[in-house]
Amino acid sequence: MITQISSSLYQQLVSSFEDPLHTQETLEERRKKAFEKFKDNGFPTSKAEEWRFTNIQSVLSENYQIGVHLPGQAVNADMAKIEDMDAYRVVLVNGVYRHDLSDIIEEQGVVLSSFIDAAQSETLNKHFAQYADKSENPFVWLNTALSNNGFFIEIQSGKLVQKPIHIVHISVADSEAFFQTRNLIVLEKNAEAQIVETFVTEEGSSKTFANTVTEIVVDENAKLEHYYLQQARSQSSFNNHTEIIQRKYSLYNNYNCTFPGASFVRNTINVRMDDPNIESHLYGITLLADNQLVDNHTVVDHMEPHGESYEWYKNILQDSSTAVFNGKIFVRLDAQKTNAFQQNNNMLLSGNATINTKPQLEIFADDVKCSHGCTIGQFNEDAKFYLQARGIGEEQARTLLVHAFAFDVTERFKNESIRDHVNHLVELGLKHN
Amino acid sequence: MLSISNLQVSIEDKQILKGLDLQVNAGEVHAIMGPNGSGKSTLASVLAGRQEYEVTAGEVIFNEKNLLDMSPEDRAREGVFLAFQYPIEIPGVSNINFLKTALAEIRAYKGLPPLSAKEFLQLVKEKQQLVDFDAKLTNRSLNEGFSGGEKKRNEIFQLAMLEPTLAILDETDSGLDIDALRIVANGVNQLRSSGNAFVMITHYQRLLEYIVPDFVHVLYNGKIVRSGTKELALELEEKGYDWLKESIDTQNAI
Repeated sequence: MITQISSSLYQQLVSSFEDPLHTQETLEERRKKAFEKFKDNGFPTSKAEEWRFTNIQSVLSENYQIGVHLPGQAVNADMAKIEDMDAYRVVLVNGVYRHDLSDIIEEQGVVLSSFIDAAQSETLNKHFAQYADKSENPFVWLNTALSNNGFFIEIQSGKLVQKPIHIVHISVADSEAFFQTRNLIVLEKNAEAQIVETFVTEEGSSKTFANTVTEIVVDENAKLEHYYLQQARSQSSFNNHTEIIQRKYSLYNNYNCTFPGASFVRNTINVRMDDPNIESHLYGITLLADNQLVDNHTVVDHMEPHGESYEWYKNILQDSSTAVFNGKIFVRLDAQKTNAFQQNNNMLLSGNATINTKPQLEIFADDVKCSHGCTIGQFNEDAKFYLQARGIGEEQARTLLVHAFAFDVTERFKNESIRDHVNHLVELGLKHN
Repeated sequence: MLSISNLQVSIEDKQILKGLDLQVNAGEVHAIMGPNGSGKSTLASVLAGRQEYEVTAGEVIFNEKNLLDMSPEDRAREGVFLAFQYPIEIPGVSNINFLKTALAEIRAYKGLPPLSAKEFLQLVKEKQQLVDFDAKLTNRSLNEGFSGGEKKRNEIFQLAMLEPTLAILDETDSGLDIDALRIVANGVNQLRSSGNAFVMITHYQRLLEYIVPDFVHVLYNGKIVRSGTKELALELEEKGYDWLKESIDTQNAI
């Protein structure tokens, strides 16, 4: 059912789809199919289990304009800078790839372009809408149907990219805007890359809502280190869907960090381990303030034997913020000898903060090792007093204790510059009241 | 250095200290003894600035400043150190980082520049040896997985590093075997100087054989009921607290 409040955006999207300029000929069938599904389902309501704790009605009810792309808009991409990280930089403004602000990668075997520039490529045609669309998320169908913007990265067989690729997503609008971004990352056999995506808001921007879908293929024996750094301001809201498909002997590591700012963030990260001998790690640090609502939904889908997955999410909540965590682990009938670990720890620093957490394991194979745990706690006052009694100021003591809480996760960050950056953002994001 | 007068303290409406007086001068070592529940640990906690306790009357002057007006961290920066009866484990905070942060904040408060990495490590090495603290433990998370004895030794190691003017040892001897006790006492004895003072809170006379006090006080029912020299501790050891309790209670009855 679609409520009155969201129908205006819905209507706009419907008429926009009917505009022939929005469809890519070669991919048209997939787009049409997706759009039919979106029309049948509409936006999810909190009656849907996947959206039970995350009511999107208030986000959808803004008076958005669609197709606000502001070509040539001056933006400050340096907001996303990571100290001491030498990287290729790619800038997207409201999902639109900005050639004028992006580096060109001259390494052999690395293809980097806008999504639309890659539309004719064999790789894109092979993978587009083949994975994410199966996950029954209406936002994905909507994105498949209508989005032409975003980036495309292809790392060819055996190629090790020399530097991290840093993608800066900037949200900016003069009046409320809704936009969509579609990305595809393909690592061919034995390829290795580090991709860092930072989300920021241009100062003074109006409210924006971004619906982003990223499909990622990590082929045989390829390795991808993937960082999400959510640093946008309160005007910005996000629905991010990431679908990862892994082939045998591959490694995918995701580091998902959210800081005070963006008022609404829903991340869906689905890892499909569609071959034997796959390894995946999902790490999360969520530090919230004010009225933020941040929902991390993850799926680790062990489909074949000898898979290893390791997931650890930590939430630190201040003020009236709300976090949602749902971690699903599927171990299918064939996925014998799976080793799956999941942990979610929550620290509530205010009496008004809320956490909804739901670890969910569904195991159909009988020879597996799976463990999960979940904790919810508060500041340890005794620990704080102990630090203060040694001359450490209250602010510094709180910071030390939050760092200590986050440490199990931050210590796993492979890239040291990003680890330092995240520790710094944790420090900045802690309110000293 | 420390002057406590008529200190009255409650927790959850229950009065624990009922008008305590104590004078400690630089270069002195005081022992405070007393039966369970007499208020010994409350005194230590109030001096260090634990929030749960409510001071209802009296004052504590430390080096001419009103100690009770200060935050716990400022008390530490002014030179008050509490060796905890139960040191807290803090996973994720390394012992060495903790000490570096604490020392830097204390030095900043005094207007001193932070030590260089080299100077700091040199100091760590020197103080480790002084209190016979296992170097392996310095790089571990603060007190995490330490044995009872290791925790107590870590308190004395911190004491050596931070060089306070007034150290309060809250039952530092409890849970220590005789060898650990000797090491801890040896550390304290080496740290004694004419410029600092120690207040040792203890149940047993045992500790006082190793750290010889200048004064011994008996705390009973929220007040210091008797003060003397180290011989008083021996007398207590011999006669027990009941002997004192009886004489005090009789006095009160009159």
